[in-house]
Amino acid sequence: MNRKSATLTSPTGGCQEVGTISAAGLRRRFGGRWAVDGVDLDIPRGQIYGFLGPNGAGKSTLVRMLCTLLLPTEGRAVVAGFDVRREPLQVRLRIGAALQVAALDDKQTGLEMLRLQARLYGMSGRDAERRISELRELVDLGPAIARPTGTYSGGMRRRLDLALALIHNPSIVFLDEPTTGLDPASRMGLWDEVRRLNRESGTTVFLTTQYLEEADELAERVGIINAGRVVAEGTPEALKRAIGADLVVADVQGDAQHAGGVLAGLDEVESVDVRGSQITAAVGYGPQAITPVAVALADAGAEVRSLTLRQPTLDDVFLAVTGQHMDAGEDGASAGVPAHSASAGMPATTGKAA
Amino acid sequence: MTTLSTPAPPDVAPEGAAPTASLAQRPGFVRDVISVAGRTLRQARREPETLLPPVLVPLFFFAVLVGSLESIFGQAGIDQFRAFQLPVSLVIAVTGVTRAPSVVTDILNGYFDRLLLAPTNRFALLLGMMAADVVIVAGMTVPVLVLGALVGVHFVTGVAGMLAFVGIAVAWSLAYVGILYAVALRSANPTVTAQTFLLFFPFVFLSTTIVPREQMTGWMEHVAGVNPLTYVYAALRSLITEGWQTRTLVEGLIAIVAVGLVTHTAALAALRRRVSRSRA
Repeated sequence: MNRKSATLTSPTGGCQEVGTISAAGLRRRFGGRWAVDGVDLDIPRGQIYGFLGPNGAGKSTLVRMLCTLLLPTEGRAVVAGFDVRREPLQVRLRIGAALQVAALDDKQTGLEMLRLQARLYGMSGRDAERRISELRELVDLGPAIARPTGTYSGGMRRRLDLALALIHNPSIVFLDEPTTGLDPASRMGLWDEVRRLNRESGTTVFLTTQYLEEADELAERVGIINAGRVVAEGTPEALKRAIGADLVVADVQGDAQHAGGVLAGLDEVESVDVRGSQITAAVGYGPQAITPVAVALADAGAEVRSLTLRQPTLDDVFLAVTGQHMDAGEDGASAGVPAHSASAGMPATTGKAA
Repeated sequence: MTTLSTPAPPDVAPEGAAPTASLAQRPGFVRDVISVAGRTLRQARREPETLLPPVLVPLFFFAVLVGSLESIFGQAGIDQFRAFQLPVSLVIAVTGVTRAPSVVTDILNGYFDRLLLAPTNRFALLLGMMAADVVIVAGMTVPVLVLGALVGVHFVTGVAGMLAFVGIAVAWSLAYVGILYAVALRSANPTVTAQTFLLFFPFVFLSTTIVPREQMTGWMEHVAGVNPLTYVYAALRSLITEGWQTRTLVEGLIAIVAVGLVTHTAALAALRRRVSRSRA
């Protein structure tokens, strides 16, 4: 992504900027390392924006800067029309955030936490009770809302954490890996709530995740971050289209590198990635390409154990632009994993943007 | 590394969804302090076990010191040893009684960040907890006063003197806890914060805890002379046995203010550092 010039919206917080997030050349250094290294953002009101990247890519650091918890080392960010560096209080009044760990006080009940949160945001008792009543459905804690939060399950804690972020009806919500550690049912339940929140109140949602599926399912637009830099940005569909309409994946016995090289010579194949015994060929139209691919593999002397036609995922996009796989594990741990790519065709997707 | 970018849609606000109007406003310093203090007191109510040592340890010290030394001091001409020891029990009861360790918990579990995300005054976060400490400490003085009444300790200054006795104890406690908040905020380490209690020992044992200063000799007398707790003890004891001694009371208050200036300066510096957005 090219660096933008610093043409951000006015820091005076006009109506048009409510719910928008913009950044230009945002950087943050810890010691000698740039955790965030020149991020540009332009997120309109009412969008669900997914920020995807492996552990340590800079997602949380970026969120902490946009939420006013950290000062940028360089660059500028305007959230809800206010500069995060110069007017942090104005930003705080307009945003809600659920950070990486559900930040609860185990000694307080869910209800006490919601009431305290409302008081800390200067809300009247009447407004607080009305909002708590509205958020009870989201929290879905039943009688447990009157129990100390130390007794809650992971899903209950996450839902309460989200409700705390929403108590003052913010125009922008930051969710930093909100479903990490949740079981699949809780994860999908939270996705539904995020969609409903966005649909019903027009809240802008800035969501970081290391789950490809989450970004794909939820986000209208996705930024992919690696080593502090945004390496790809667009709608999930456009990003996937940009690396090829379809992928033919072959698991072969024999010289996979040689077979990959042969595939790269086919007219139907746009790029090839070889990882171990697995060859992934990006093609323009899968049904048309699969037969020539199978024949070429046979000609190359590779014994095909399986041949699959599928559409690209965001992991394929990540691989194309970084040379690494996301490889998010079940436990939520993930890191960019070198693909050992033979990349006989297209090493990345430069110039193929939709 | 290459980059990939696709065009952004011009406006994706959902149809029919109006921009949300935030209900938030800056609550004000006093409201922040009250909110934080209320939360802290609720926490304390749910951890009654943390209040047992401040109740039992002073009673234990009083029983042991009076039981073992009263007759010896009587032979030395000190005939009001119980009155002499009651302030020691009071100081032990109130010193270090604080919710400062919960700051460490808040920092470690991320709740402190949630507080910082709200439009709260940063100093109110500290002051609110200290306000709660004052309420708890005031409660801690009651068992000591009851003990004094039970063993026949009489305040020559009357009820007003008893209130002043409690007030000095609370002020001393508030001055002392500054260092615990400083360590908690600076280290965010539960072990280090708990070990800060050890700082109390030099204060107690290099002072007039067991014998009056005039009975001390050599280096101990000099050290006790610069130990602020010596003057706090003197002020407390004067209210029981001597009456309203202005000079003694003022010296006690000066000692408390001096300790408070040092510890609270450290606490504020630690808070500033903890909430600094430049912090790594």
